[in-house]
Amino acid sequence: MASIQDIQQDIIDEFDMFEEWMGKYEHIIDLGKSLPLIEEQFKTKDNLIKGCQSRVWLHAQHKDGKVIYTADSDAIMTKGIIALLVRAFSEQKAQDIVEADTDFINQIGLKEQLSPTRANGLVSMVKQMKLYALAFQSQN
Amino acid sequence: MIDVNDIRHQFPTLHQEVNGHPLVYLDNGATTHKPQVVIDAISHYYEKLNSNIHRGVHFLSQQATDAYEASRETIRQHLNAQHLHEIIFTKGNTEAINLVANGFRQILQEGDEVLVSAMEHHSNIVPWQMACQSSSATLKVIPMDEMGVLDMDSYKNLLSDKTKVVAVNHISNALGTINPVKQMIQWAHEVGAAVLIDGAQAGPHCSIDVQDLDADFYCISGHKVYGPTGIGALYGKEEWLKKLPPYQGGGEMIATVSFDKTTYADLPHKFEAGTPNIAGGIALKTAIDWINQIGLDNIVSYEKELVDYATEELSKIEGIRFIGQAQEKAGVISFIVGDIHPYDMGMILDKLGVAVRTGHHCAQPVMDQFCIPGTVRASFAVYNTKEDVNRLVEGVIKAQTMLS
Repeated sequence: MASIQDIQQDIIDEFDMFEEWMGKYEHIIDLGKSLPLIEEQFKTKDNLIKGCQSRVWLHAQHKDGKVIYTADSDAIMTKGIIALLVRAFSEQKAQDIVEADTDFINQIGLKEQLSPTRANGLVSMVKQMKLYALAFQSQN
Repeated sequence: MIDVNDIRHQFPTLHQEVNGHPLVYLDNGATTHKPQVVIDAISHYYEKLNSNIHRGVHFLSQQATDAYEASRETIRQHLNAQHLHEIIFTKGNTEAINLVANGFRQILQEGDEVLVSAMEHHSNIVPWQMACQSSSATLKVIPMDEMGVLDMDSYKNLLSDKTKVVAVNHISNALGTINPVKQMIQWAHEVGAAVLIDGAQAGPHCSIDVQDLDADFYCISGHKVYGPTGIGALYGKEEWLKKLPPYQGGGEMIATVSFDKTTYADLPHKFEAGTPNIAGGIALKTAIDWINQIGLDNIVSYEKELVDYATEELSKIEGIRFIGQAQEKAGVISFIVGDIHPYDMGMILDKLGVAVRTGHHCAQPVMDQFCIPGTVRASFAVYNTKEDVNRLVEGVIKAQTMLS
């Protein structure tokens, strides 16, 4: 498994291919469509992160020393960003997740998506991903 | 007749590029842009008049007081209130509703009922919920149908001698529905209830006559009528304003103060504690004068033409569903396209330089009724053009292509 940093670099390189916002957005939309759906049983109120504009569900489990995330959103753009975050952080060690930064979202030119004022639930989602990792880390 | 080019020239913020495109601003339901005269009026106050009002004997204080009080008179005329002291300056519509609802906490008793409509935004729901909670009164909801029209039969059935307050908007921010408030007020009065009309959206889109409506309370928001933010006005019938307790304590609202007892100032100052938004108050007059110079009737008919055109053009889009299809509508078109999430649509429109509102418009119960997460809302002002509508339609089609 590649490191979080390597995966983030891959994502940055992938987005470098697009010069205009439209290409980036279309790619995000495609990623959103291909994100494996969260299992219905995990789409619970407890796993819901509320944003004013779109909703996000996040489920995490700890297996063989790695954190596995599955997530979903009702808005496809939000779901696309989620797909990137899941790709970077899922199946990584809890400690690595806790220590990782999320600047790659800025670097691919989607800074506004992670702005707290967007109220799309993503900022809370990143926080929640880290909190899960922190909790799993302290269990060890 | 409206010369829209001349009007647009007066709005500096409209002339800018957003994401590489000339700005199309269709979020006027949230706030309107300000004409240069309003911006100048704010500067003028700080450059030439700056002084506290109602208390200084010196020249500037008098000048500032005169300008501020002249605004109260303009608002009185604009709403056709009988008395000047029935106009209370507030920081906006939300504060006005809170002022009234807070007063009713002391009037409402267990068993009393407060009616709000199913199409209220949060600021005309939550203050009443709070008032009901602390007085053990009951909040009841006037339902609406699938077109976004209030069910008047249900309303009539809900009214009883238990009803103490009815609080409804004149025009819905989420749906654009114009409610038959005159009729609603008449029926409420037949059971002895007081009526508050939330005129946040009506201010810019229709003429208001509080005496003709016989409203007990009516509130407007400055920033939605081309005026500054942080200023608004509450009209209240004299008898009601005398009955309600003060909202906030402090300077300006007192007659005499000692540690044993304070007596309150007369209307309107009883409800205006502290130093107000003086610049905003003065510039609100400028905004209303500006509207009247163009003529509210001209504005209304021009906007109707725009909304009709936009509705016609948007309805050509496959899978579009209009939320709120009342016969009587103003200023707002709310819609969703297929199963596209409004947030996704809004993100792409933004990239194309088109500013709309997406989401639940602070009216979650409305969205729940239509079983949707929110809508895309295009809301219009007198400076919008058919070209703006065309850009919106192109943007929606573009977004639809990208998202499906």
